[in-house]
Amino acid sequence: MYKFLLCWRYLRTRWIALVSVVSVTLGVATMIVVNSVMSGFVVEMHQRLHGILSDVVVESRDLNGFPDAQRHMERIRQVAGDDVEAMTPTVDVPAMLTLHNGGQWVSKPIHLFGIDPMTQGQVSAFAQYLQHPENRRQPSFNLRDGGYDAHDHQADRDALPRPAMDRAGWKHRHEWVRAEAFRRSLELPERRGQPPADDAVPDAAARSVPDAFANMPAAQTEHVFDPDKEQHTGTVLGIAMISYPGDGGGLRFALLPGDDVRITTVTASRREPKFRTWDFTVVDLYESKMSEYDSQLVFVPIDVLQEMRGMIDPEKNIAYVNAIQIKLRPGADGYAVRDKLRKAFPADFYGVSTWQDKQGPLLDAVRMEIIILNILLFFIIAVAGFGILAIFLMIVVEKTRDIGILKSLGASRGGIMGIFLGYGLSLGLVGSGAGLVLGLLFVYHINQIADWVGRVTHHPIFDPTIYYFYRIPTIVDPGTIAWIVLGALVIAVLSSILPALRAAMLHPVEALRYE
Amino acid sequence: MSRRARQNRSAADRPPRAAGTSLAKAPRTVSADDAPCGERAVVGPVDSHRIDPAHTRSEVLRTAGLFKSFRKGPVEVPVLRGVDLTVRQGELLAIVGQSGSGKSTLLHLLATLDAPDRGEIYFEGRRIDNLPSRERDVLRNRRFGMIFQFYHLLPELNVLENVLAPLMIAESVPGYFLRRRGHRRRAAEILKLVGLDHRLKHKPRELSGGEMQRTAIARALVTQPDLLLADEPTGNLDVETGREILDVLGGLNRRQNLTIVMVTHDQGIARQADRIVRLVGGRVESA
Repeated sequence: MYKFLLCWRYLRTRWIALVSVVSVTLGVATMIVVNSVMSGFVVEMHQRLHGILSDVVVESRDLNGFPDAQRHMERIRQVAGDDVEAMTPTVDVPAMLTLHNGGQWVSKPIHLFGIDPMTQGQVSAFAQYLQHPENRRQPSFNLRDGGYDAHDHQADRDALPRPAMDRAGWKHRHEWVRAEAFRRSLELPERRGQPPADDAVPDAAARSVPDAFANMPAAQTEHVFDPDKEQHTGTVLGIAMISYPGDGGGLRFALLPGDDVRITTVTASRREPKFRTWDFTVVDLYESKMSEYDSQLVFVPIDVLQEMRGMIDPEKNIAYVNAIQIKLRPGADGYAVRDKLRKAFPADFYGVSTWQDKQGPLLDAVRMEIIILNILLFFIIAVAGFGILAIFLMIVVEKTRDIGILKSLGASRGGIMGIFLGYGLSLGLVGSGAGLVLGLLFVYHINQIADWVGRVTHHPIFDPTIYYFYRIPTIVDPGTIAWIVLGALVIAVLSSILPALRAAMLHPVEALRYE
Repeated sequence: MSRRARQNRSAADRPPRAAGTSLAKAPRTVSADDAPCGERAVVGPVDSHRIDPAHTRSEVLRTAGLFKSFRKGPVEVPVLRGVDLTVRQGELLAIVGQSGSGKSTLLHLLATLDAPDRGEIYFEGRRIDNLPSRERDVLRNRRFGMIFQFYHLLPELNVLENVLAPLMIAESVPGYFLRRRGHRRRAAEILKLVGLDHRLKHKPRELSGGEMQRTAIARALVTQPDLLLADEPTGNLDVETGREILDVLGGLNRRQNLTIVMVTHDQGIARQADRIVRLVGGRVESA
């Protein structure tokens, strides 16, 4: 009983001891803030990495792919059984995107995905990243009249608007056609109607009209593509491909849904591959906020891509695909499914991997970063332990006479030790409790703090154009916090063991004589 | 109040011994609480080598040939050289001697705060100087009361809490909470006895020397000890206050038949005692 009373009194009357736990407080607060922000980033990053990747993918080892997606999906369902929630076939191939910007043709390397718009949304978060609300419900490769988000639907209300997106859609296409017609009317007559030297075009002339305006004056019996009323096959471009940060942090667009682009890729023939170039109409933009994806991925309908690459067997009418994307039911073990599928599909022809496998090095790097940070920060608290040790030894010396008195009243060695261990524990509780409150307050107000520091120093701490986040993401994990606080308490108790032992071992007579 | 009556009362009021101490565990111990005539056991199993062969009923404390020396650098300084002393039931014994004659050392040995180099100490007929530390702690807590020249109150606690400290040490946490009312009442009663019932909530630094010594006396008495050991109880007080403290001690001795051993260098104070022994050259001379 006296132990608790004395602990409590020492705690209230010894300010120097409270000062010694300030470092525990700061250490705990820093660890909580760092862990919350890091796990916020990790979860955000996982979501974005996972956004386009399905849980497990079975893919061919070459660009030619494998035939008959349906049979493969049946086999997968046999092997993985209940764990599979949805599947969709895809074709993916490196390609080149060419767009007409400011009177010049600009080319960019891309990764071209042929997807099934009906089922793609079931296996990945693809649809969530589109800019038209209807497309988010059900992705479509048809150009919409309008209604594209002029405000990033993934950001807070205070994110900068994108007024250009108000024009996107058929409205923009009509304007573009008129402007283009006007521009052409100014060109020299002899350059008009001169078809571009493109030897990949002829086999699909109906789809690829490299210069629709060149054909307009000539009256032809066959169907004439009218860009004012028709669209090419739709395509979805990553937003970072065609936009760049403008003044003041908003996005400027080089291209909008409604514009045409040209995509060049290679055929999947077993013979010598050939280049193919087709025209597509941009119908939506894809914004996962993972710059790696947003600057590289282009989506087109899978059947169009199969046709473009010659992946449909004309005799048997069987289409080839490159990969089957699999979504697992919640809670299923992706690695177990992967291992089962690896046994079922010969490794010479098929690669099976989870989305974590695909992004393994990045995820490992982040995990390592978190571990190292935690170790370093824990050293802060360990250093605080030595502060407690030093102050405690001082307090034991100061309290030598009291220790003698307590022994003369019959207090045991264990009891004396208990006073100082309890004192250390309560200091740890006070220190880590204050750290907990401080850390949580900081985490909950981190964005205001970042804004304020940015205003004061005139250097924005957190630039949304770099991170693609408008807010610093934080996740407070109670388990992590419990470990941090427990660690701080253990350190406080450990560092009070030596002073407590010293107090317990004091000779009562010498302690009583001590002045 | 007769001796017998006092002991019966004290047996009833005494806080029950904490379970787990060797006092309670000892199988052949006669517990104070069920002993009919108040003959209470101190130590655990009654081993023959622990029983004082020369014990008589009226003896509370007896020492036989106590030696104690202190080491100052390479030199061994003998302080006690064979102290033989007997303290009888209900007497007020004064031990006088020059400064440095070993009075305080002797008192510390009697209180089992220190161990003699040679010799034995018997309390109620049983040897106590070689008890394990846990049992000596219990002995100091339950059977002995101590007061000191410099009062030795705990500065963080107020008067009432200082007086309650021995009870808090004696009790487990739940035990203390269960009986805290009785304990508080007893502490308040004893503080009233020493005339401090108006200063219960004061911290020691707010008290005068006399008041601090009264608090220390109350603290020593709260567990109803059988023996009060006082080390220069008036040494730090002016004559008038010192006399008041002595009156308190004398009253306790007379009215409650409390055995008191008091160490002092002041002959005038020693004269208040029933018996005076003088410590000269590390040995006891009857005065």
